[in-house]
Amino acid sequence: MSLVARYLEENGIPTVLIANARDIVEYCGVARMVFVDYPLGNPCGRPFEVEEQRQIFALALAQLENAAAPRTTVQAPQQWPGGEDWKRLIFSNEQPFLEGGVYDDWIEAKKRYKDLKEDGKV
Amino acid sequence: MSHVRYIDKTREYYLGQGYEKPYEWAHFDEVPFSKLSKPLSEARVSLVSTSDITVRGENDEDNHAEQLFVGNVYSIAADTPLDRLYSRQEHYDKYATNLDDVDSYFPITRLHEAAAEGLIGSVAPRLHGVFTAYSHRRTLTVDGPEVLRRCREDGVDAVVLTPV
Repeated sequence: MSLVARYLEENGIPTVLIANARDIVEYCGVARMVFVDYPLGNPCGRPFEVEEQRQIFALALAQLENAAAPRTTVQAPQQWPGGEDWKRLIFSNEQPFLEGGVYDDWIEAKKRYKDLKEDGKV
Repeated sequence: MSHVRYIDKTREYYLGQGYEKPYEWAHFDEVPFSKLSKPLSEARVSLVSTSDITVRGENDEDNHAEQLFVGNVYSIAADTPLDRLYSRQEHYDKYATNLDDVDSYFPITRLHEAAAEGLIGSVAPRLHGVFTAYSHRRTLTVDGPEVLRRCREDGVDAVVLTPV
């Protein structure tokens, strides 16, 4: 996603990312980002928490207007309720990121991608 | 607690799963930057997401797993009713949360509200999805240009992107 944002910026269209994975986005380098310190899947606020979603979206719009230079990160003030165990458990053996059929599909798709790559098709 | 270091976490996790070569995350020293060419209240805004947003009853026959790895761009009419949208995305923290509310990862309702309130000029007629490509080259030479082409066709002035 960061790569698409960079491509748009290079071609004159300003962008802002709303993202949960701060390190991945900043490692790539983008113009503007709203960092929401939530589990992967809810960058724009918790499900059905409309007021919170509005606040986060407003931060993104403000970034479009106000950021003066690239690599501007603004952190949303919201905190995930119920503690921070999810930060410790993500990508752990206790909580495998992909399981069962989903994991098998992923491995299968990776193989297909490798084949396409070897054939020069991607 | 500080934010999660996903790059370190995924490296350790996949090494533990028997992968010898860690995924190489994209990295650049230079960062391009464009400014709005008009006030935000006059700007046309679109969304782009890797959340695998899908319209019910459409795209059902797509080879979903392959798209995730090869990548491509598709568009959704901005006036699609919310209840017709959902995500097929599997790459999220399913222990901690869910994707039951489209607006929590593809803020289409928030975008329309912003237009109704005059915070932005208008909503672009098309919003876009990009399947995650595991090839950086593919994203930069095919998918990025395709998103740009569609945004220019629609007269888009700014884009909000939501990775999932």
